[in-house]
Amino acid sequence: MEITRRDMFQMGGKLLVLASVGATLEQITGAEEPPEAYRMADHWWGMIIDIDKCIGCGNCVRACANENGVPKGYYRTWVERYEVPEGYANPKVSSPDGAIDGFPPSKETSLKSFYVPKLCNHCADSPCVQVCPVGATFVSPDGVVLVDKDYCLGCRYCVQACPYGCRYLHPDTETVDKCTLCYHRITKGLTTACCENCPTGARQLADFKNPKDPVHEFLRNNKVTVLKPQMATQAKVYYKDLDGSVR
Amino acid sequence: MIPGVDGFMYPNEVELQWSVLIVLYPFITGLVAGAFILASLERVFQVQAVRPTYRLALLTALAFLLVAPLPLQLHLGHPERSLEMYLTPHRSSAMAMFGFVYLWYLTVVLLVEIWLEYRADIVRMAQSTRGFARIIYKALTLGSENVSPAARAIDDKVGYIVTVIGIPSAFMLHGYVGFIFGSIKANPWWSTPLMPVVFLFSAMVSGIAAVMLLYMAAMKVKGRLIDMPCVDTIATYLFYTFVIDFTLEMLDLIHRTYEADESFRSLDFMVHTRLWTSQVVLQIVLGTLLPLALLAANQLWRFAAERRRAMYTAAGCLTLIGIFAMRWNVVIGGQLFSKSFLGYTSYKMELVTREGLVPAIALMLLPFAIFFVLIKLLPPWQESEAHKA
Repeated sequence: MEITRRDMFQMGGKLLVLASVGATLEQITGAEEPPEAYRMADHWWGMIIDIDKCIGCGNCVRACANENGVPKGYYRTWVERYEVPEGYANPKVSSPDGAIDGFPPSKETSLKSFYVPKLCNHCADSPCVQVCPVGATFVSPDGVVLVDKDYCLGCRYCVQACPYGCRYLHPDTETVDKCTLCYHRITKGLTTACCENCPTGARQLADFKNPKDPVHEFLRNNKVTVLKPQMATQAKVYYKDLDGSVR
Repeated sequence: MIPGVDGFMYPNEVELQWSVLIVLYPFITGLVAGAFILASLERVFQVQAVRPTYRLALLTALAFLLVAPLPLQLHLGHPERSLEMYLTPHRSSAMAMFGFVYLWYLTVVLLVEIWLEYRADIVRMAQSTRGFARIIYKALTLGSENVSPAARAIDDKVGYIVTVIGIPSAFMLHGYVGFIFGSIKANPWWSTPLMPVVFLFSAMVSGIAAVMLLYMAAMKVKGRLIDMPCVDTIATYLFYTFVIDFTLEMLDLIHRTYEADESFRSLDFMVHTRLWTSQVVLQIVLGTLLPLALLAANQLWRFAAERRRAMYTAAGCLTLIGIFAMRWNVVIGGQLFSKSFLGYTSYKMELVTREGLVPAIALMLLPFAIFFVLIKLLPPWQESEAHKA
């Protein structure tokens, strides 16, 4: 069959109409808009932790390990159980395997007991960043402390400088590793693996530059503190109702 | 319950990050700085009595300085990237300055001073030797073969200036090592402004003791007479430097005890348990009080030469043990307690791994091998005899 120029125009016209209808339908049915490009300057990341909501299930530790391929025996996040007698003297603290399997039932019944999730505090004045001899560890423009594993010497000065014990030498890469606040997720509009998997909402990712972020209301309405405030690191992980015994 | 752990450690703290190799680093650089300061006593401060050890002290400093970066290099997870510290140094990092301080000290201070001191000898040997040795000495002259009195006078003048620059450089080399530890606010065992000063004086103590021992050993091996006024003078300087060093360390201890901040109970418990042998027994009693007593006795009474030599040898050896223990207690001790102040871990030294005991021993022997080569190449004796004559 011979295709004439007229046939070509007619077929093209029909295809154009079909495509237009399809595109219109997609818009009407509310198909996902293309995501806005992530702009680092628009964000300033941190986290809020509600101590009273944490049940010590260890979901966050497992989720983090799975999401980030954390090697066994090392922790980007972990949970501590505090059992405190009256006052702050000699709290009994435990974190079996970082609480990756939660906690065994406590034998103590008369002590004040609570759980404290820990992770990198993504300090704005970070001692680990200060001491890195080659600048392999740095604060990103959106406030996340990261390590360039292609640049890290593995000298571990940063591990010594971190007041919170959040860093370790990855046994495979022989470079320093730590919580990235799931940077690969948060820059795509997702939350962190630990927050995503917390069954009680004890941990919540916070964007301090986003005026609509619930963190602002949280900070306005609650008494909060950071770990080891005397270190003056401008930590960005805020704890609600943190007991004075916690270090 | 984790083996070797008492109480609570943050989970990532259980494993120690800085091993015995990092203990060697301040120990070795301390010997370098101390040996150089001793050498400068003669050159700048005109303490003529120690002249017989001048060249020996310079060669000791060089032998140890050449080895100083090796433990660091061996410790790095990625030693092949260490050059980045020169190419892209992070300006806020104390550690990033290491390469520059080291290079400055090695090339601008030590090599220049040794070359100027030996230049006339090198020229003479380039003329009197044959074959391969001649080529080596010829190369070492760097084409400068004028040894006229006028040229030697210039050597002497420039050497003096280099030594004057070298004294603050030696202070910087080791004071800087102290700053690396003293500036870590996260670690109360390290974080004190006294740390660089303590490191500096302990460096002088160890370097002076090492040169004194090496001088006596070298004279013994060569079957020559030990210049006792020289050794007496060195022992006197060792005593006074040691008194200052011990005073500073005790000041730190008293300050910590009196202030008793939040870390005190934890650190105090550590000293009374895990660090008891290395800190109290080795560092303070055997490594400080005993050598100080031996040296002090020589300030008060006059013993026979043979007995003095024995006392100085004992004091020197104990001093080096004490200073090594001090480095150990700083580096390893600073990692044995949790930054939560609620628990303690332990350090198990491995044997033949990269950061184990065998490489550490090899690294401690290496400077002596280099020293042996250096004294063959640049004999420190002729000059001493010429001086005596």
